[in-house]
Parts: sequence; structure tokens; C-alpha cells
Amino acid sequence: MELIAVLSPLLGAFIAGVFGRQIGDRAANVVTCALMLAAAVCSVILFRDVALMKEPRTIELFTWIASGKLKVSWALRFDQLAAVMVLVVNLVSCAVHVYSVGYMSHDDARARFMSYLSLFTFAMLMLVTANNFVQLFFGWEGVGLMSYLLIGFWNKKESANNAAIKAFVMNRIGDFGLALGIMAVFFVFGSLNYDDVFSGAAAMKDVDAIFLGHEFNVLNLICALLFVGAIGKSAQLGLHTWLPDAMEGPTPVSALIHAATMVTAGVFLVARMSPLYEHADAVRAFITVLGALTAFVAATIALTQFDIKRVIAYSTMSQLGYMFFALGVSAYGAAMFHLFTHAFFKALLFLGAGSVIHAMSGEQDMRKMGGIYKLIPSTYILMWIGNLALAGVPFFAGYYSKDMILEAAFAAGSNVGHFAYWIGIAAAFMTAFYSWRLLFLTFHGTPRADKHTMDHVHESPAVMMIPLYFLAIGAVGAGFWGYQFFVGEGRANFWGGSIFVNPDHDTIEHAHHVAGWVKLLPTYVAAAGILLAGIMYMWATGLPGKIAGAFKFVHGFLYHKWYFDELYDKIGIVPAFFIGNKLWKIGDGKIIDGLGPDGIAAAISGASVKTGKMQTGYVYHYAFAMLVGVVVFMTAYIFLMQR
Amino acid sequence: MIAFPVLSLITFLPLLGVLLLMTVRGDEKSVAGNARSIALVTSLAVFALSVYMYMGFDKASADFQFVEARSWFSGLNIFYKMGVDGISVFFILLSTLLTPICILASWESIQKRVREYMIAFLLLETMMVGMFAALDLVLFYVFFEGVLLPMFLIIGVWGGPRRVYAAFKFFLYTLLGSVLLLLAVLALYHQFGTTDIPTLMQASVPLEMQKWIFLAFLASFAVKVPMWPVHTWLPDAHVEAPTAGSVILAGVLLKMGGYGFLRLSLPMLPQASEYFTPLMFTLSVIAVIYTSLVALAQEDMKKLIAYSSVAHMGFVTLGIFTLTTQGMQGAMFQMLSHGVVSAALFLCVGVVYDRLHTREIGRYGGLVKNMPRYATAFMIFMLASVGLPGTSGFVGEFLVLLGAYQVNTLATALAATGVVLGAAYMLYLYKRVVFGELTRADVKAMTDISPREIAIFVPLIALVFWMGIYPSSFIDPMAPALEKIITRYNEANAISLPKEVQP
Repeated sequence: MELIAVLSPLLGAFIAGVFGRQIGDRAANVVTCALMLAAAVCSVILFRDVALMKEPRTIELFTWIASGKLKVSWALRFDQLAAVMVLVVNLVSCAVHVYSVGYMSHDDARARFMSYLSLFTFAMLMLVTANNFVQLFFGWEGVGLMSYLLIGFWNKKESANNAAIKAFVMNRIGDFGLALGIMAVFFVFGSLNYDDVFSGAAAMKDVDAIFLGHEFNVLNLICALLFVGAIGKSAQLGLHTWLPDAMEGPTPVSALIHAATMVTAGVFLVARMSPLYEHADAVRAFITVLGALTAFVAATIALTQFDIKRVIAYSTMSQLGYMFFALGVSAYGAAMFHLFTHAFFKALLFLGAGSVIHAMSGEQDMRKMGGIYKLIPSTYILMWIGNLALAGVPFFAGYYSKDMILEAAFAAGSNVGHFAYWIGIAAAFMTAFYSWRLLFLTFHGTPRADKHTMDHVHESPAVMMIPLYFLAIGAVGAGFWGYQFFVGEGRANFWGGSIFVNPDHDTIEHAHHVAGWVKLLPTYVAAAGILLAGIMYMWATGLPGKIAGAFKFVHGFLYHKWYFDELYDKIGIVPAFFIGNKLWKIGDGKIIDGLGPDGIAAAISGASVKTGKMQTGYVYHYAFAMLVGVVVFMTAYIFLMQR
Repeated sequence: MIAFPVLSLITFLPLLGVLLLMTVRGDEKSVAGNARSIALVTSLAVFALSVYMYMGFDKASADFQFVEARSWFSGLNIFYKMGVDGISVFFILLSTLLTPICILASWESIQKRVREYMIAFLLLETMMVGMFAALDLVLFYVFFEGVLLPMFLIIGVWGGPRRVYAAFKFFLYTLLGSVLLLLAVLALYHQFGTTDIPTLMQASVPLEMQKWIFLAFLASFAVKVPMWPVHTWLPDAHVEAPTAGSVILAGVLLKMGGYGFLRLSLPMLPQASEYFTPLMFTLSVIAVIYTSLVALAQEDMKKLIAYSSVAHMGFVTLGIFTLTTQGMQGAMFQMLSHGVVSAALFLCVGVVYDRLHTREIGRYGGLVKNMPRYATAFMIFMLASVGLPGTSGFVGEFLVLLGAYQVNTLATALAATGVVLGAAYMLYLYKRVVFGELTRADVKAMTDISPREIAIFVPLIALVFWMGIYPSSFIDPMAPALEKIITRYNEANAISLPKEVQP
């Protein structure tokens, strides 16, 4: 059962990937979808057994790396937290697989696409069922790889290839932190197995260790380093610029990887490591602030974008920010709850957007849409449902989870908690606004597409619509259904030992007792946001242009995404290539070769041009002396640090 | 145990092939054909024999096995002594595996002087295996230098247009190292009256002498690794060498330096090793960052992979000098993994070079369209080079960094940036060669890999995943021998075990 849930996507990927050409596209579609369905069914049963019947289990497969006291195995750990994640991943993945059969029907590499999707699912499942940090890292990098391959799926497009590399390299920067964190864990605990680390965490809470010459509390250090990985994977402020560009990939990919599952891995990571994070107050405060800022910044950018997928991408980033500040205030259950509901409604929104794009013959710019709600009514209604859930309108899924997060942040009572609450309220207002801006621009008003496109607007085939209906059920009901388990009275029972919350900061408990206005405010601002969007994009349609004109600077700043890309280009990419080139041409070519083999050769053969050589030789000597100096200095530094 | 002198047999069996090759007569075409077959059969037989040897190898022992000792210069107490432990046995397997692959890779691309080419390769195999099996310093030195001879010929005769420059540069670098290595051997002989490696591994060399000998060894081994700043011969040598030459150069010859540190420097000179550790860390870290940045700027495929080799070998030297279990096992593993992966990457370059006769990255693009099988193979090796978990590249890098963290967090953090840069330059290379629009007519005309080329890649792909998913088959047998080095090092330096964090 456990093996089917995790390994059948791998089998599907293998069959479709290796034999895709032999068995044909149709068979590849059937095989991958059927195996994915099997995995989804198994994960529902497992969810019942593990989470509802309280029977967590771990299945050891075989030893992976054994080196000295380091011993890690390939294993499937099914505790409550993993069961929730497996359920989400497999259900959404299953829907996306089926949807892709229709969406990719005109592509000539369908088998490869299905194979990648399945392989991604497998990597994600390995990540969430890991029983040690190394398998976690395997899954972590594995999903990064599949994300790279799927963003660059249309590998003829230069922009897609660049976006793919950007995603992989930015994630690698995060992984760099994660890897150092894992090494710190091994250094401190002498093991990389979860059970050993978690049980030893409490004893380490006042221990300090040296890192880069400074003394840190070990748990804060470890948590900070691990969190760097989460920043990269979950596109938090600082390492987020890859996510919007990732929309170069086919839309089902955006739904599965860049909304519902992979980008939530960072949230899962922190929740999984709750026994460590609960002792790292400074890091949690930082997470709270960063999460809140991400929620805010992403929402402001979403206000101005015109690409339908990019708006949803920034919305994803913003919602991830919510999840993180929930983690920051120890409301792990609330974060996981939002992850759970968000997976459904965000996948629904993305796939719905895909259906729109499909209908509009591939157009993604909302300025060239409009007036199509009568032509594709089912998609229109589904998008409404998705937006209602996203904006947190009462009784839709997002209402339960997002409000819970805001209340928990307020109930935390700390400065950062209040900061997060108010920022979160502002972001909630903007969320409602940009969601309905998207809806009105896309579906209402006068048609702005050319006649040819308008004539071809059509509802998507059943194979694409059925997954949408399924996700819509989740977007409506997941919140209502999950409330009692994730954050309600039954939560302690539900999570069992898989999430550890220090009784001193049980913010979810406090959240149930906050003042009435704290609970109602999110709903009011959502309503206000919808109303404002209605005014600006339905009735007074000239207004947005005027506002953008009046606040040119602000609008430009937001439209250019706070200039993060331009900044990174200037301080990161350009210098790296420049330095690389100089080290090659001058460092290797002139200094090392010039003084070494070529210099000697010249000295032997070139007595006649000695004087000329002498002068350039002096320059080399200076440079060489500098290099020697650097070596000596660094040697001394490393030497001293060792003591 | 195996009753016959298996190591000598493995070492000198290629020479039998050389003799056979010399007797081949006939017109040029049939000579070439026969020469290829003889060389392939010989190298496969050697590989089979080395696998047989490995099956008889006691994986739990730290001692030298299959030891043979014969009097050589009897009056001088110098012996012909061979033997393998958990370290050298893998290098021998790597050498005997890559030789038939190299011969297969040269099947069509080498058309002139085929017989002489094959002789050079078999000679090279003898030298490599002998070097890894030698247990006497003089014998070691003979093989160590002997390796260069066929390599010179391979670059100098079958190489590219600037082959003379490249060979000359290689020569200049190695010359200095060789002289100093010989001096160090003589000094040790003078002091202890023996050149027996196992004896010297237990000897206590005076501290001042340790330092001088360490530097002499370093001069020789650093060039081979190659460590920064004596790495500049490598890109030129790779660029000029024929494909198979690059494969063996990256796959085996670069490991001679690391092997030298493990076999000679650490056990014989434990205190000097400790003394020079900061220098080694510094040079390793510079190698990783510096060459990764340089690799980013390359326009030549072979140069890019050559620079990436230097960066990967930086991890090896970093790991060796951590003197921790994880670091040293990681360094060993990284050497083996790099032996497979970099060899495979050079083969990947060879595949397209054979078709278009240029290594310029910008001339390619869009190969995924007409060469999907090639694109897949290249992708796998690229990812292994990047160190993706599940491939061989990950295990080595991860263990090295894990070991290094226990000793020096700064060096670890700096070296780990190489992992980010590595992803950047490899993905950037892959994008430019394989992805994009297929525009040029000559690139369009390129055909996908042939069955012969598939036969070359399949075993390497299998190894990449085997080493990545179940590395224990490799780590366990090498562990005892490495542990012995660590124990000796710690005893000599009276270092207590790594500091545990006390709760």
C-alpha cells in the first residue's frame, strides 16, 4: 500500500519516459494516469489509516549511505504530517495528469511530458515521506530538477530555457543553505535520522557552536540555515524571482509544481522540523516577518501585472507568505491547513486559467481578453469558485484557513505577530482586489481579442473539465471538512506526535479566543477589495489608467516587480561572468601561465626581447605578489579559525 | 584467496596485447581493423581479470592483499612489490574499466597509425595499474613517471593543432614535480634504508624532514590533481588530446595526485599533513570557486569540462585533508565518481566532435531534436556532475562537505558555493548545446548516437545510478583502509576524537 502510493508514479515515469516512443502517446497517457490514480486511491486509504485511525508507520527499504557514524536509509515515513502531504500531492497530481491529457493533446512530446509529471510526483513523495535529512534532500533536489525540466519543457524557447536555469540555480542557492543546515545537524546531533534529532533537540536548546568564526545558539543556527532552503524552494522574498518566470512552463506544471505542491515544500520542511523550530525563537520571529513581507510585496506586484498566469503566480507567492508567518507564530497546524486548502483552489485557478488560455488560442495577456464569460460559462463559474476560496469569502475553503492564520498571528501577542496580522490584512484586501481584477479583465467588458480568436473561443473538453470540477469540490469543501482536524478541537489528536508545539505558545488555542473584530476584519476587507475591483474594472473602467498615470513612480515600481531582477542581474550574474572571464584571461592566462610555463619558455628563447618582457613582467610580479598575499592571508585565517 | 600473482598478471597482460599488435602485418586497413580488435579483446580480458581479483578481495580488511614481493635491486634493499588495499583496488578497477571504453570510443575517430595508438593505450594501462598496485617507492616512481610517456604520445601524435604547446606545458609542470618526488624518495631511502611503502607508512619521520618531504610530494601530486594554481596545463592538454585521451586523463590520471596523498603523504607524514592542512584547505577552496567561475566564461566545451574537473578535484583535496571518516570516504568516492562522470562528459563531447569537428559551444544548439538519445545521456551525466542526489556525484560532495563541516565551517561554506556555481555552468552549457532552435544545416544533419556509442554509455549510466543509489558497495570496502590512515594520523598528532558538542 505504502509502496504503491509512492512508487507507482516512478513506474509510470519510467514506462512513459523510456518506452514512450515504442508504446505511443496514447498508451503513455493511459499508463501514467492509471498509475497515478492508483497512487491517489492508496493515499486516501493511507490518510484514513494513518491520520484518522492513528496508525503511523515507517517502512525501511534499504541502506543508502553508511559512512562512519552516518547511517541513512531509503525509507517511507508515514506519520500524520506525511499522510496529509501525500494525500495533497497525489490528489492534485492525479487531477493534473488527467487535465494534461487534454491540455497537451497538440504537443508532440506528450509522453515525455507525462513522464516528467510522474517523476516529479515521485520526487515530491520521497521528500515528504523521508525519514532522514538526506532523503529529504534527495526529494528536495529532485523536485527542483523536475521543475527545471518542466519549466524548460518547450526547450526551443530561449525564455523558457533561461527561466528553467534561473529556477534551478536560485533553488540551488537555497539548497546551499539547506545543505549547510544538514551538516550542522550532523555536527551537533551526530545523526541525520529524524527520530534521533528530534528526541535530542530539547537538550540542545542552550548549546552554542562556532560557525564562520562567530558563536551561535546551535538550534537557531540550524533552523536559520534550513530556512534558507525553504526561502528558495517556497519563493520567499529574496529568492523569489524564479517563480514568476517559471510560468514559462506549460500551465498544468504551474498548477501542480508552482502552486499546489513543490513550492509548499518549504512550509512542510518547517512543520516537519517543528521540534527544532520550537526552540529557535529568533528564527521564528524572522520567519514571521519575512513571511508577512512576502505576502505583502507579492500582492502589490500582482495588482499591476497583465499576464493571467503571472498574477496567479504572485498570488501563490503571497499565500505562501501567509503560511510562513503562521509557522513563525508556531501555528503549524494552521499553516498546513492553508497549504491543504490552497492546493485545491490554487490548482483550480491555474487549471482554469489554462482553460481560458486554451480557449483564447494561447493568449495569456489579459489586455487582449474580455467579454468571454458567456462563451465559456463553466470555466467562468469555476474561476469564481477559485477566487472566492482564495479571497477567503465565508464558507469557501480559504476562509477557514486564512482567517485561522490571521487570528493565530494576532493571538501570538508579540510585536511580530501583530505586524504579521496587519500586513496580512492589507494583503488580504489586495488579494480580493487583484483576484476580481483578473476575473473582470478576463471575462467581462468588451472583447479585446481579434475576431479570429473570438470565433474560436470554446469550452475545454471533458478530460480537462472533470479535474476542474473535482478541484472545485475541494475549493469549496476542504476548509469546512478539514477545520476540526487541522486546527479545531481535534487537532492534537489528529497531528499526534508529528508536529510539536511548545505549550507556552499554542497560538491556535489562543486564536479561538480572540476578539470578534479580529475574526471579522479579514472578511470585511475581502468584501471591500471585491467591491473596489468591481468599481474600477466594471463601471469606471477609465479609473485604473488614471491612477496608474497619477502615481507613475509607484506603478512603475510595482510593475517592474520592485526591480529585483534588475538588481540581481547587476550584483550577481553580470559580475560572475565578468570575474570568470578575468580570472581565465588574466589569472590563468597572464599570471599563472605567464610566470609559469610560458614565462619560462619565453625566458629561455627570448633573450632578444628581454627589455620588452621586463616591463610587463613587473605587472605580473605585482599581481603575483597579490595572489600570494591572498593565499597567505586566507591560510592564516583558516588556520586561526580552526583553533 | 587467489593462488596466482593476479596483480602482476593484470599489470602486464596489456603488454601481451602490445606484443601481439607488433606482429600484425598487412595493408593499412586490415592492420587498423585487427589492431582495434586485439586491443579491445585484451583490455576486456584485463577488465575481466580485475573483476575476478576484486571478487577475491577481502572487503573487511585494511591490509594489503594479493601481495607479491620479488627481489629487484637485491643489494639495495629495493623490491618489486605489489599489493592492493581498499583504496587502490577501486582505482585499478576504474583504470581497467575505462581502457576498453576508450578503445571503443576511438573506433572510428582514430584513422591514422591505429596500431601505434592502440599500443600506446595498452602501455598506458600497464603503467596505470602498476602505479596503483606498487608497494615499493622506486617501483611506484617508475610507473608514476611511466604513465606520462604514452600520454605524451597520445596528445602529441593524435592531438589537435596546438598539441606541441600543450605537451610542452604538461612537460614543464610535471618536470619540476618529478624531480622533487625523486629527491623525496631518495631522502626517505637515505633515512630508513628501505623503499618499502608499508614499512614507511609506519615509520616516524623527523618533523622537519616531514615538512620538506611533504612539500616535495605536494609539488608532484598537486600538478596531477591538479590543484590551483598549477592547473593551467589541464585545459590545454584536454583541448588538444583526442577524445579517448581526455577520458583517460580526466578519469584516471587526475586521480594519481589524490592517490599519492592518501598512499604516501598522510601515512608517512602525518604531522606535516596536519601542519599544512590550512594551506591545503585554502588551495582547495580557491580551486573550487576560481575554476567554477572560469568555467562559466568558457566557449569551448572541453575547456569548460576541464575547468569543472579542477573544481571537482578541489572537493577531493578538501575531503582528504579533513581527516574525518566522512570527508575521506567522500573524497575517495568523489574521485571514483569523477572518474566515471568526467570521462562520460568527455565522451559526450567526443560524440558531437566526431560529427561536426568543432568544440565551440556556440556552433551547436537544438540537438535534442535530432539526437534525443544523446540528449538523455548527456543530461544524466550533466546532472551527476552537478551533484544531484541519486547520482554518484552527490554522495562524494555531500560526504566531503559533511566531513569538512566538522573541521572548518568557513572552508565548508566557501566550497559549497561551488555547488551553486557548478549548477550554473553545467546547465548553461547544456542549454547552449542541446536546447534551443535547431537552425544550422550542418547541425541538423547530425545523427543520433550509434549502437557502438550506446554500448559505451550504458555501463557508465548504470554506474552513475548504482553509485548514487547504493553507494555502500563502494564505501564499505574502502572504509577499513581509510580508517587506518585516520587512526595513524590521530595517534601521530595525539588528537582526541572530534569534539562532540556537550549538552
